[in-house]
Amino acid sequence: MMQFMLLFSRQAKLRLQKWFVPLCDKEKKKISRELIQVILARKPKMCSFLEWQDRTIVYASLYFCCAMELQDNELITLEIIHRYVELLDKYFGSVCELDVIFNFEKTFYILDEFLLAGEAQETSKKSVLKAMEEADLLQEVQQLL
Amino acid sequence: MSPSIPLQEMIRAIRSARTQCEERGVIQRECAAIRAQFRQSDNGSRSHNLAKLLYVHMLGYPAHFGQMECVRMIASSRYSEKRVGYLGAMMLLDEKQDASLLITNSIKNDLSHSNQYVQSLALCTLACMGSAEMCRDLAPEIDRLLRASNSYIKKKAALCAVHIVRKVQDLGELFAPAARSLLAEKNHGVLHGAVILITDGVCFVLCMFQTVPELVQIMRSLTVSGYSPEHDVAGVSDPFLQVRILRLLRILGRHCETASDAMNDLLAQVATNTDSTKTVGNAVLYETVLTVLDIKSESGLRVLAVNILGRFLLNNDRNIRYIAMTSLQKIVNTDHNAVQRHRGTIVDCLKDHDASVKRRALELSLALVSASNIRSMMKELLLFLSSCPPELRSHTASGIFTAAERYAPSQRWHIDTMLHVLTTAGGDVRDETVPNLIQLITNTSELHCYTVHKLYRALLTDISQQPLVQVACWCIGEYGDLLLRGECQETEPVQVSEDDVLDALETVLQSHMSSPATRAFALTATMKLSTRITDNVELMFKIFKTGSGIQLRKFMIFFLLFLKNVLSPSVLRAAVLERMPVIEKNSGQSNGESAGAKTEPKIMVKPGETSPPQQPVNQVCDLLDLLGGSEGPAQPNPAQSTTAAGLTMNTSSAAGGDLLDLLGGFQPTPTLSVYEKNGVNLTLQYERQSDAVLTVTLTACNSTDSDISSFSLQAAVPKVCPQRRPSPHHRSVESGRRGDLDLSQSSSASLFTAFHPCPIQVHLKMRIRISYTVQGSAFQDMVQVDSFQGL
Repeated sequence: MMQFMLLFSRQAKLRLQKWFVPLCDKEKKKISRELIQVILARKPKMCSFLEWQDRTIVYASLYFCCAMELQDNELITLEIIHRYVELLDKYFGSVCELDVIFNFEKTFYILDEFLLAGEAQETSKKSVLKAMEEADLLQEVQQLL
Repeated sequence: MSPSIPLQEMIRAIRSARTQCEERGVIQRECAAIRAQFRQSDNGSRSHNLAKLLYVHMLGYPAHFGQMECVRMIASSRYSEKRVGYLGAMMLLDEKQDASLLITNSIKNDLSHSNQYVQSLALCTLACMGSAEMCRDLAPEIDRLLRASNSYIKKKAALCAVHIVRKVQDLGELFAPAARSLLAEKNHGVLHGAVILITDGVCFVLCMFQTVPELVQIMRSLTVSGYSPEHDVAGVSDPFLQVRILRLLRILGRHCETASDAMNDLLAQVATNTDSTKTVGNAVLYETVLTVLDIKSESGLRVLAVNILGRFLLNNDRNIRYIAMTSLQKIVNTDHNAVQRHRGTIVDCLKDHDASVKRRALELSLALVSASNIRSMMKELLLFLSSCPPELRSHTASGIFTAAERYAPSQRWHIDTMLHVLTTAGGDVRDETVPNLIQLITNTSELHCYTVHKLYRALLTDISQQPLVQVACWCIGEYGDLLLRGECQETEPVQVSEDDVLDALETVLQSHMSSPATRAFALTATMKLSTRITDNVELMFKIFKTGSGIQLRKFMIFFLLFLKNVLSPSVLRAAVLERMPVIEKNSGQSNGESAGAKTEPKIMVKPGETSPPQQPVNQVCDLLDLLGGSEGPAQPNPAQSTTAAGLTMNTSSAAGGDLLDLLGGFQPTPTLSVYEKNGVNLTLQYERQSDAVLTVTLTACNSTDSDISSFSLQAAVPKVCPQRRPSPHHRSVESGRRGDLDLSQSSSASLFTAFHPCPIQVHLKMRIRISYTVQGSAFQDMVQVDSFQGL
């Protein structure tokens, strides 16, 4: 299972953090800080997988980072990251970092439609986006009332 | 009270802050406003305020005052408020906080809400941060949702159940039936969740083995038939589901032959037909390979799997190479030859730029070292050592030492290799390397001259590597005389004078790079040299005045006194400082990693065998007065009838021999065979210990194929020769073993039997009664020994 997912910029600014394991705030901060430093120090052509503190870290550039358990399939995790980026892309229409910053709660909602309990819950891109659409509609309708 | 500004404006304001201080100012103002807003009972912008707070929290600022607001928002009837409230709960609350219990009720209500998106929020939150108590409380609800709801909810309920089972293992049984039935669903999301639930939660439930055919069927429909555009990723149909199914198959087939057979064909099919040009395809292939190697697959399939890994090793994508090596590492012990075929590629990966790849390649290379490739592999490993990243150096050095110890083709090669490592990575080797190397050097006496020359030269070049310097000092101290000899068959001759040697040691002592331990080595070496190469005491004094530290000063004072009082190379001094003997390899100190090639052969203790009898004898057997014209067959004293405890015979002949040695030069007399029947051989030996004591040993031997039980032996001698302490043993004699019914063992007093010498006129006789059970039948016999020759 995925233990946590981080999204951060080149300047080490955290844009999204989703934790699937119970840790106190202090620990979360420490882990994020340390891991971000480790990943930012890696050179461009390096392997996307690394072992860190008894977890496998899978990351893609700009910078989506997932911490998996040691026995998980690293390649399919890369696919999960790609799928999430595609979802964001489809939802925001050509997503860029600013979208993620100014609509951070939406990125969380999308993530919550795609992952649950550290696993992928829906393998069809279409279904995830449809669910988001309907939930957003529900929210708007209720706000109008 | 400043008016609250919408979320995006606040974000803009924060981002436009030019300094950290400015940012903090903006955030403090905002938090104050938010706190004020929270205190108001109801206003339309509650969700905005909470969203702002969550943003601030993500930047790293404290936001715990928002926890209660989350609880309130979750209980609201508005979807927009619930949405943000639940998001806040997932971000600010975790199971360790007390406030998390407060939302249990809300979650419970929302799980049965009429709107599926509200249900979804509750499910998501429970799966994200549900504590064990919450999980126990709500498990029945989740089970209900697993059975009766739409696919959208079912898939979320399935993963929620996964979380519950991870928290509370026992609840796995609750979900097992529902999980099983979910496999019949068509919806991929639901299938995916169900497979994960079975994998992580319930696969220990036995009936899950029956799901194998179903799983195989699902896989087949994914890979062979049906192209579903919705689930297609670069030509592979729903790779996520495929990977999860393969993983479940792996677990089910791991220890089960039938399950493994059922999936054999499928795995072969997937392995051959999956497109490997994109990462997706490789992800599925990777999982397939892992499955094949873990279950009880047939050899053809295994070969296919290893070949796929071989192909991965040659892939341009570094990620693929990395995972290939990870997988090969797992099978390097079981399928060693298959992996050896790819040794060349693996060794090339040592030169990769990526640290992860290097680490993997190092592990594999060390595992692939064997007697036949040791020279070439060592060359590569030493090359690697000189350029490897610092975090790998210690591990590499240890690995090299282990490999060298195991497979060294010659001693000179071994010493050369160890010296090479010390010069390259001396600072990173483990502590026991120094004594190990010293022990190795002392053992190769023919290379002492060569070694000391090499070390001396290394010392001159570089005195910063402490382990190297320590070994060098020790050798110079021991073999300094060989150093002065100048020529050595293995290296070019070089002229070294006494002064050179002493200068070298002085440099070590004075250098700031030398640790106290190293200085101690150098001091001792100098001391030793006083008998080996020079008698120049003034020079010694000069050297001893250098160096520092309390411990060293103690040494120095001791040595100085020693020198002063024992000025001439007298016998005493020479004796104290003479050549060290060859050091025995201390098994406790051996390199922790050597897997047993050089450990001492353990003395195999056979089961049931104990050391020479220390157990108190079961009972004392009475003397049977059988001789001297007594009447009839003697009746064994019923009170002391022997019972065999079925104890196994406790001594081997070797131990018996040792015992006899304990008696101080026992001269084995010719054995007298007194009884031979039914596979039991009884032999007798006797020895006069002293004038007063005669020792008799009876040995029983079992030459049948089966065990003998209830063995009892009673011996009696004429009344005139009082027995000191008769106490034979009653044991089972195992097949093929010799059991010493040693009646005269000194190790245990209770077993000691001795006879006072009879008057010469009375001929010593002995009557032996023997009873035993072999192959179900009991036997009883009596034997009389009439003559003890040599008395």
